[in-house]
Amino acid sequence: MDLSFSKEDLAFRDEVREFLQNSLPPDVKDRCDRGLHPTREGQIRWQKILHEKGWMAPNWPKEYGGTGWSITQKYIAAHEFGQASAPIATPFGVSMVGPVIYTFGNQEQKDQYLPRILASEDWWCQGYSEPGSGSDLASLQTKAVRDGDDYIVNGQKIWTSYAHYADMIFCLVRTDPKAKQQEGISFLLIDMKTPGITVKPIYGIDKENSLNEVFFEDVRVPVKNRIGEENKGWTYAKFLLGNERTGIARVARSKRQVVRVREIAAAEMSGGRPLIEDPDFIAKLTRIEVDLMALEYTELRMLSMLANGKKLSAEPSLLKIRGTEIQQRLTELMVESLGMYGAPYEPERDYAGRNDIHPGPDYAHGPMAEHLYLRAATIYGGSNEIQRNIVSKMVLGL
Amino acid sequence: MDFELSDEQGMLKDSVERFVKDNYSSEARAKLADSEAGFSEDHWKMMAELGWLGMPFAEEVGGFGGGAVETAIMMECMGRGLVLEPFLATVILGGGLVTEAGSADQIEAIIPAVIEGNMKLAFAYAEPKSRFDLNNVETTASKSGDGYVLNGHKSVVYHGTAADKIIVSARTSGNAMDEDGISLFLVDNGASGLTRRDYRTVDGQRAADFTLENLKVGADALLGVEGKAYPVIEKVVERAIGALCAEAVGAMQQANEITNEYIKERKQFGVPIGKFQVLQHRMVDMYMEAEQSKSMSDMVAMKLSLEDEKERKRAVAAAKAQVGKAAKFVGQQSIQLHGGMGMTDEYSIGHYFKRLTTIEMLFGNTDYHFKKFAELSA
Ligand SMILES: Cc1cc2nc3c(=O)[nH]c(=O)nc-3n(C[C@H](O)[C@H](O)[C@H](O)COP(=O)(O)OP(=O)(O)OC[C@H]3O[C@@H](n4cnc5c(N)ncnc54)[C@H](O)[C@@H]3O)c2cc1C
Repeated sequence: MDLSFSKEDLAFRDEVREFLQNSLPPDVKDRCDRGLHPTREGQIRWQKILHEKGWMAPNWPKEYGGTGWSITQKYIAAHEFGQASAPIATPFGVSMVGPVIYTFGNQEQKDQYLPRILASEDWWCQGYSEPGSGSDLASLQTKAVRDGDDYIVNGQKIWTSYAHYADMIFCLVRTDPKAKQQEGISFLLIDMKTPGITVKPIYGIDKENSLNEVFFEDVRVPVKNRIGEENKGWTYAKFLLGNERTGIARVARSKRQVVRVREIAAAEMSGGRPLIEDPDFIAKLTRIEVDLMALEYTELRMLSMLANGKKLSAEPSLLKIRGTEIQQRLTELMVESLGMYGAPYEPERDYAGRNDIHPGPDYAHGPMAEHLYLRAATIYGGSNEIQRNIVSKMVLGL
Repeated sequence: MDFELSDEQGMLKDSVERFVKDNYSSEARAKLADSEAGFSEDHWKMMAELGWLGMPFAEEVGGFGGGAVETAIMMECMGRGLVLEPFLATVILGGGLVTEAGSADQIEAIIPAVIEGNMKLAFAYAEPKSRFDLNNVETTASKSGDGYVLNGHKSVVYHGTAADKIIVSARTSGNAMDEDGISLFLVDNGASGLTRRDYRTVDGQRAADFTLENLKVGADALLGVEGKAYPVIEKVVERAIGALCAEAVGAMQQANEITNEYIKERKQFGVPIGKFQVLQHRMVDMYMEAEQSKSMSDMVAMKLSLEDEKERKRAVAAAKAQVGKAAKFVGQQSIQLHGGMGMTDEYSIGHYFKRLTTIEMLFGNTDYHFKKFAELSA
C-alpha cells in the first residue's frame, strides 16, 4: 500500500495542468464549469485538441490509440481535468461503444470505427432504453429481422441523449423473439442517416433538449454492422453498462463542485457575514466532502484491485450510487447558497443568450440548470434502486 | 379543539377546487406558464368575481373578513393545481402591508381596487446581500423637501412585472441590520428612477429585479410610520409563510397522488413497479411527510392570530422548516419514482418538483427556519 506520487507522477501532473491551461478553450471551460450542456461544436472542437495531444481515450489499450497511463496517471489526469473544468470526451463513443468494439468487434469494425471515435468524426448515441423497457432493459421490443445481408429494424428508442447530435447509434435489438429475453438480443451499429430513422426532441425539466425519441421504420442495417454473434448482444450490453457505472461516479467533477460551493458561499452574505462562516452551512458542506473523500478512495481501491488482476463483481454499483447522490447533494447545496437568486431561470433555447446575464451574480447562472438535470443522475445508467438490488444480490447474496 | 372546516369554509374549498379543476389541467397550466405574462387576466377577473381577492380584508373596505384559515384553504387548493396568478403577492403580501400599515386614505385608494381585480401589488424586500433577513435593508430613503429620494437594488420580486404598485422596504435611518429605521413606500411601477429587469423563475412564475436611482416619491408614498415598518413586515411575512405552507401541502398531496397512480400503472419486470417494496416504503415516507406538513400548516393557520408573539413565531418557523424539508423530499422522490418520465417538461410531475423547490427557498429556507426556531426556543 502506497499513496505517494513519484517524481514522474508530479511531472506528469504539471504537464496536464499546463496543457489544460494553454489549450482548453475558455468558452468550453465556462459551460463545463457552470454545469451546462455542451454545444456540439464546442465539444468537438475540444475533443479534436485532445486527440491531437493523444489524450482522447485514457481507458483504451495503447494499441487502439489509448494513452497507456498507469492508474496513478489516470487519477492525476482526472483530477486535473475536474479542477480545470475541462470536459472529458462524450462517453457514448469513447467510454461506451469503443470498448465494446475493441473487445468484441471484428478487425474491420475496429479499423472502421475506432479511429473515427478518436478523431471525433462520429458522434455516437446510446439506443438502449425503450418506452416499455427502462429498468427492465432485457424486455426490449425493437425488432431486427434478417433480410439477405441486411437486418430490417423496426421500433422505438427513448431517452436517447444527444441523438440529435449523433452520427451513429449503437442499439440493442431483438433478433429472436422466441428465445428467453436475454438470449434473443443483438448489438447493432447504425448510421443515423439511414432512411427510416426519425429523431424527435424531448424537452427536460431543465427546459433544454438533450433527450430524444428515436423511431425506426424499416431501417436497413447491414449484417456486418452487428457486434459479435447474433443473439449474444446482452453480454456486450452488460459489459458496457459495467463501464458506464464506473465513469458515472464523477469524483473529479464533484471535487471541483466543492470548490465552487466554497467560492459562492464566500461571496454570498448571510446575517451580515459571509455564508461560508455559517456553522450550519459548513457542517453540510463538510459532510458531503467527507463522503466524497470516502468515495474517492473507494474508487481508487477498486481500480487498484483491477490493476492487480483481481475481479470485481457488482462493486462498481456502489460508485454509481454514492457518486450520483453526492452530485445531487452538491448542486442542491450550490443552489441553496444562492438564496433567492437560485430561482431566476430561463432556458437557453427560448431566449438565445438571455440567461447568459443572470439577474443575480454571474455565478448564479448554471447551478439551477445543473440541479434540475442531475435529478436524472439517480435514474440513468441503471437507477439507484436497481443498483442496490444488484449489490444486494450479487455482492451480499441476499 | 377542532380541525374540521365550517360549512362556509367547506364551500370556499369546493369553489377553489372547482376553479382548479376547470382551469388548471396540466396542459393548460403549462401553456399559461409559457405565455408572455405567465398567468391569465381572465382567471384574475374570475377570482375577483368569486370574491377571493377580498377574502382576507375587513368588511368595512369591501372584503369578507376571512382569516389565515381561509387563506390556507384557498392556497392548499391552488397548490394542487400550481396556480400561477399573483394571489400571494397581491392579496396576502401587498394587501396585508397596506391594511396593516396604511392610512385610511391609502387603504381606500388601494384595497377596493385590489378586491375588484383592478390593481396588483408586489413586495420588494429582498436585496442582493440580504438573503432571508427582512431587517437587512441597504436601500435608502432620504428626506427631500416634502417627500423622499430612494436609492438601492431590490432582488427577485415575485410578480414585480405585473404589479401596478410596488411596496418597497427602504432604510430611513440606522444601519443595514437594524430593525429600527425601516420604512415602506408605495411606488408606481414604471416611475422614473425605477429600472426593472423582468425574468422567469424556475417554477414557471415571473419575477423582477429593481434598481432605484434617485427615485423621488411624495410624502403620501410612505406606508405607515417612518422607521417603524419592521414589525409590520414581520407580521405580514408570517402570514405569507402560512400561505406558502398551505400551497406546498396542496402541491405535495397532488404530487403524491400523481406518483402513486403512476407506480400502480407503470410496469417493469412484468409487474407494476408499485409492487417493489423499496418503492412502497418510499411512497409511504412521501405520504408521511405530506401528512406531517398538513398538520403543521393547519396548526400555523390557527396560530397566526395569536397575540403571544413568541408562540406565534415559533409556530411559523417550525411549520416552514417541516414544510421545506418535506417539499424537497416529496419533490425529488416524485421524480425518482417516475424514472425518465419524471425528467420531461411535458409531464406534470417536474412542475410540482420545481414549485416545491422554490417554496422551500421563499421567505427563508429550511435551515434558516430551523435556526430561527432554535433561537426562539432557547
Ligand atoms: C437524463 C437521462 C439520460 C438518459 N440517457 C439515455 C441514453 O442516452 N440512452 C439510453 O438508452 N437510455 C438513456 N436514459 C434512460 C435510462 O437508462 C432509464 O431512464 C432508466 O433505465 C430507468 O428506466 P425508466 O425511465 O423506464 O424508469 P422505470 O424503469 O420505469 O423506473 C421507474 C422507477 O421504478 C424503479 N424501479 C424499477 N424497477 C425496480 C425494481 N426492480 N426494484 C426497485 N425499484 C425499481 C426505478 O428505480 C425508478 O425509480 C436516460 C435517462 C435520463 C433520465
